[in-house]
Amino acid sequence: MENKVLATSSPHIRSNENTTKIMLDVIIALLPALIASIYYFGFDSIKLTSIAVIAAVATEAIIQKLLKKEVTIKDLSAVVTGILLAFNLPPSAPWWIPLIGSIFAIAVVKQVFGGIGNNFINPALAGRAMLVASWPTKMLGWENPAGVDAVSAATPLQIVKGAEGNLQPLTDVIFGRVPGCIGETSAILLIIGGAYLLYRGVISWKIPVSYIGTVAVISFIYEGSLLMTAYHVFGGGLILGAIFMATDYASSPVTSKGKYIFGIGAGILTMLIRIFGATPEGVSYSILLMNAATPIIEKYTAPKVFGGAKK
Amino acid sequence: MSDKGLTFRGGIHPPHFKKQTEKSPIEEATLPKEVVIPLHQHIGAPCEPTVAVGDKVKVGQKIGDTKAFVSAPVHSSVSGVVTKIDKRNTPGGSKTNSVTIQVDGMQEVSEEVKPKGDLENLQKDDILKIVKEAGLTGMGGAGFPTHVKLSPPEGKKIDIIIINGAECEPYLTSDHRMMLEHPEKVVLGTKAIMKALDVKNGVIGIEKNKPDAVKIMKKAVENEESLTVSELQTKYPQGGEKSLIYAVTKREVPSGGLPMDVGAVVQNIGTVAALADAITTGMPVVQRVVTITGSAVVKPKNLLVKIGTKFQDVIEQCGGYTEDLGKVINGGPMMGIAQFTDDVPVIKGTSGILVLNKKDSQRPEPSNCIRCGKCVDVCPSGLQPLMISKNSLLRRFDDAEAYNAMDCIECGSCSFVCPSKRPLVDAIRVAKQEITAKRKKN
Repeated sequence: MENKVLATSSPHIRSNENTTKIMLDVIIALLPALIASIYYFGFDSIKLTSIAVIAAVATEAIIQKLLKKEVTIKDLSAVVTGILLAFNLPPSAPWWIPLIGSIFAIAVVKQVFGGIGNNFINPALAGRAMLVASWPTKMLGWENPAGVDAVSAATPLQIVKGAEGNLQPLTDVIFGRVPGCIGETSAILLIIGGAYLLYRGVISWKIPVSYIGTVAVISFIYEGSLLMTAYHVFGGGLILGAIFMATDYASSPVTSKGKYIFGIGAGILTMLIRIFGATPEGVSYSILLMNAATPIIEKYTAPKVFGGAKK
Repeated sequence: MSDKGLTFRGGIHPPHFKKQTEKSPIEEATLPKEVVIPLHQHIGAPCEPTVAVGDKVKVGQKIGDTKAFVSAPVHSSVSGVVTKIDKRNTPGGSKTNSVTIQVDGMQEVSEEVKPKGDLENLQKDDILKIVKEAGLTGMGGAGFPTHVKLSPPEGKKIDIIIINGAECEPYLTSDHRMMLEHPEKVVLGTKAIMKALDVKNGVIGIEKNKPDAVKIMKKAVENEESLTVSELQTKYPQGGEKSLIYAVTKREVPSGGLPMDVGAVVQNIGTVAALADAITTGMPVVQRVVTITGSAVVKPKNLLVKIGTKFQDVIEQCGGYTEDLGKVINGGPMMGIAQFTDDVPVIKGTSGILVLNKKDSQRPEPSNCIRCGKCVDVCPSGLQPLMISKNSLLRRFDDAEAYNAMDCIECGSCSFVCPSKRPLVDAIRVAKQEITAKRKKN
C-alpha cells in the first residue's frame, strides 16, 4: 500500500484550463480579422503573417534548444505573437520585416526575460517599435485595400490629422476598407473576436472598455463631434490594441483596479500622442509605456483583503 | 438577494461529482474487528488515556481526557478490550497516541451514557457540559472543540448561529444525507446551540444544488420562529466559515480574527446532529456519517462509521478498490489530505474518504506563470496568490508576508483555476509555516 498511492497536497482536482487552450482562443478570436485582411490586402497579408508566425515559433524553439530548456512552442504563445506582429505591419512591408520583427520580439523581449509570462512589455508591440525606429519608410507605406479606387492612400487618422485626401466613409472605416496595418482596419471583426474572448473568460472587459472609453471621451472633447470621435475610435489601431495587445497577461496588471488605471492611462497617452505628437497614431507607444508602468500600478492597486488585513 | 442565492466575493465552480452518492441512504457500517482511536482528533491539547492496556471498555465510555480548556475528550466507539496504547498514523498526517481496542461484538453501552431529557428543561450550563463531555468538535474537518466556540469571552456578544449545510466540497454528501434523513436532529442540535449562547437567530445555509435538502429543512423549521433556511449560491468555498458568515450576514470576520468577533458562531451539520444525539440518548461522539466515493472504489456509499474504524475496513465494505488505485484522501478533493496508507482510522473530522484512480490522481506538470490573474479573481480572501507563491518559491518570506500570506485559508481555489497548473497553495503553505516560525522566534 505505502508505495502504491500518491500522497500529494491539496487540491486534488484541477480545472481543464491550460495555457495552450487560452492561446488557441486568442488565435480563434484573431481569425475573422485575419480573413478580412486577406480579403482586403490579398497575398501580402498571407505572406507577412506566415513569415511572422513561422519566424516567431522557430526563434522560440531554437533559443530554448540552445539554452537546454524545455521547448514550449506547443503553448501557441509564439503563434499569437507572430500574428499580432504581422497585424501591426503595413501590407507593403518587405518579407524580411516580419522575420526580423519576430526574431526580436521572441528572442530579445520574451526569452531573454525568461519566456512566457516574464516579458515586461508586449513582444509584438516592442517588435513593431523596433521596426518603426529602424526602417521608418518601410513601416509607413500605406496602400488602398482591394476595390477602393482612390489616388492617395492615407490612413483615416492621417487624414484626420491633416494629410492630403478625402476622409473615408465611416462604414468603410468600421469594416476595414481603408488603408492601414493589415490587422487593424476591420474594427467590427476585431470587436467580434474580443466578444469571443470575453465569453470564454480569456480577457476581462476592464482594460478594453476603459481604454476605448477614455479615447472616446478625450477625442470628443477635442474634436467636438461624434463623427470625428468615431474616426478616432475605429480609424486606427485602437480596437486591435485595446482588445488584443493591452490585455497581454504578462505586461498588464493582474489587479482589478489596476486594469482600469492601465486602460485609462493608455487612453490618455494615445490621445496626447495623436493630438500633440508627430505621428497620427499613438496606440502602440501608449501600451508600451503603460506596460513599463504595470509593476508600480500593481503595487498600489492590491485588492482589499477580506477582513481588512492589518498593515 | 438574487436568484442565484447568497454568496461571497471570488470562488470557483468545480464539477460537483456528487451523483455517485447523493441518492444513497446512510447505511450502518459493520463492526470492525479492531478500532484505533487517536487521543488527539481536534485542535488543541491532546488527551491523556483514562484506560490502560487490558481494560474492558464499553460503548460511550471515556477513554481519553485532559484538563486543558481547548481540547475534547475521546470515547470508545465499541465494547471490547484495550490491547495497545501507542503512537499510530492518523489521517491528519502525524503519529498520535492512540487506543487500540479489540472489538467483542456485544456493543454493550457504558453506564455513563444516559439521556439528558428535554431541551426545555436544560439550562445554558447543562448544554455546555453536555457539549464538552460528548467530545463534540467541528465535524466538517477542522476539528475545533465546540464548547470553546460556545464560551465567548466577556464582551463578545453572539447574535447569530449559522449552521453550515453548504457542503461545497465536491464528491461529499454526508451532510446532505444527514439533512434529508435526520432534519429533526439538525433542528434540535441547532436549538441547543442557540440556547447555550442565548441567541434568537439561527440560519441554516444550504447550497442551491441541494434543492431536496432545502425543501426538507424548510419544512423542519416551519414552526420554529427563530430558525430560517438560507439558500446559498453553489460556489466553492461557500462552506468556508468566513465565506459563509459573509454570505448570510454581509459581515467580514477581521483578518486574523474569529467568527465571534462579528457576533457569529458557525457549526457544521454533523456537529449539531451529534449534539442532538448527545442530548436525546446521551451518547457522545462515537460515530459519524462518512461519504466513501471516487473513481477507485467499487460501490460508493454513505456509511455511519464507528470512530476508529480503519479506512481499509471501511473501503472493504464498499466493495474494495478498483484495480488502478491512485490516491486515498481524508475529506474532499479541494482541502482533503492524501494518505500514504489506508491503515489510518476514521476520526471525528472524517467527512469523506475519497479514493481516486491513477488517472485522476496525477498532478499536472506546472509551466510558467502567464500572469492571467485568474487566481486573483477567485481568491475569497482577496489575495494575490501568484505574488505570494512567487516570493515563497524565491524564499522571500518577508515579501510573501507583505502580500498578506497569513490571510490565506488554503481553500485551493487558486491552484484549481491556474491554467499553468502552478503549485500555488503549496508554496503559500510553505510561506505561512516560515512566517509563523519567524513570529515565534521573535
